[in-house]
This record gives sequence, structure tokens and C-alpha cells, in this order.
Amino acid sequence: MHRNTARPLSPHLTIWRWGPHMAVSILNRVTGVGLSIVGAAGFVWWLVAAATGAEAYNSFLDVATSWLGILVGVGLTWALVFHTGGGIRHYVLDIGAGYELRTNRRWSWITIIGSFVVTAAIWAYILGVK
Amino acid sequence: MGTGTGIGRVRGLGSSGVGGAHWATERMISLATLPLFVWFVVSLLRLPDMSHTTVVNWLSSPFNAVLMVLLIATTFVHLKQGMQVVLDDYVHDEGTRVLSNVALVFLSVAGGAAAIFAVLQIAFRGTAN
Repeated sequence: MHRNTARPLSPHLTIWRWGPHMAVSILNRVTGVGLSIVGAAGFVWWLVAAATGAEAYNSFLDVATSWLGILVGVGLTWALVFHTGGGIRHYVLDIGAGYELRTNRRWSWITIIGSFVVTAAIWAYILGVK
Repeated sequence: MGTGTGIGRVRGLGSSGVGGAHWATERMISLATLPLFVWFVVSLLRLPDMSHTTVVNWLSSPFNAVLMVLLIATTFVHLKQGMQVVLDDYVHDEGTRVLSNVALVFLSVAGGAAAIFAVLQIAFRGTAN
């Protein structure tokens, strides 16, 4: 398709002043891409290894419980929690609610801070119990 | 593409060429993933450990196996739909955009099929040997 390069471009990430609303929006996409690639790969590996047998499963577990594996695990937990929060926020926006500047700002901050709180709670539970 | 009315000029445009049905099904599918993931995370946290025996026994339950199959199906459709929007938005060359979308469909179907088969294999085999 022919593209007219002289056409004005809509403002993008480098133009907007950063605020919690745009951060939540772009982070929802970033976490979605991360979950789709790293999360899905780890998830499929986990299940296929479990179906293959104890030996295959243990080599998955060795990687997953290494310091790098735990780091990725914490990152994926945060991405999943954030993407869930961002998704719920989008449902509210999709019905036409929550666009008032102050309301939008508040729920954006709640999504960001909440994602860290829930991730910390999940990993405190994992490390505390096991 | 029409040249008269405003709707006639924009119909079929946008980065993917289509959009309304995609937008609606994306929201319907992700609504299903929400309770499934809450169940999944809570279930994993409630397991005494993540050993092979524990995980295989957990997946051997028909209830858990069916919910896992539903979770995998909805999640991989959601993955495909979400990644498609990202590709349509950021891959500007039309040929590369179509090819990357084909690769996305192949990979997400293959990943989902492998995961579902693994769950069924465990469920039909029964508890750990």
C-alpha cells in the first residue's frame, strides 16, 4: 500500500507528557506482549514437561527455581496481575465510565500501585509457605 | 471503497482493515480468562509444593483438567488477538504484517494444542506412577 510520508503523524510516545493514564495504557500492551512470549513459552514448557515425565519436569523445575527463573517468575506474576488490572480498567472505560481527568488519574495509579502490592503479597506467600 | 459519504471513505481502513467484530470478541474472550486465571493462581498457591507428583495429581482431577483446557483455549485465543493488534499497529510493511500474522496464528495454535494435549495426556493417564 502506498504511504504518503508527507502526511502528519498522530502524536506518539515521544510527544506526550508522561502521566499515569498513558503509562497504564502502554504498560498493558507491554505486559501483554511479555506474557504472550515469555509467559506462554514457560507455561507450555511446564505442562509438556509434566506430561513427559519426572525427569523432564525436574529439568524445568531446576530452571524455574534458579535465581534467574525466580526473577522471571516474579516479573511474569507482576505482568499477569498488571494486565488483569489494566484489563478490568479497560472494561470500565469501554462502558464509557471513568474518563473524568481526576477519576482516570486515580484509577490509573490504583492499577499501578495495586499490581505491585498484589505481586508482593503472592511472592511473600510463596516464599513464606515453601 | 466509496468516495461519497464519510463512512464510505473510511470503511475497510484502519491498520487491520477490519475491527468491530475483533474488538467485541477480544473483550468477550478476555472476560472468560479473568475468573479462570483467578482460579489457576489460587489453585497453584494452595498446592503443598510444585513437585511432579503434586502437579500431575492435581491435573488428574477431571474438574481441574477441564478448567485448564478452558483456560488454555481462551488464553491462547486472547494471546493471538492481542498480539495481532500489536502487529497491525506497529508492522507498517504490508507483506511483513501479513506474514507475521500468519506466523502468530501458527505459533499460538501450536502452543495451545501442545498445552491442551499435555493436560489431556496427564488427565487420561491418571495419577502419577
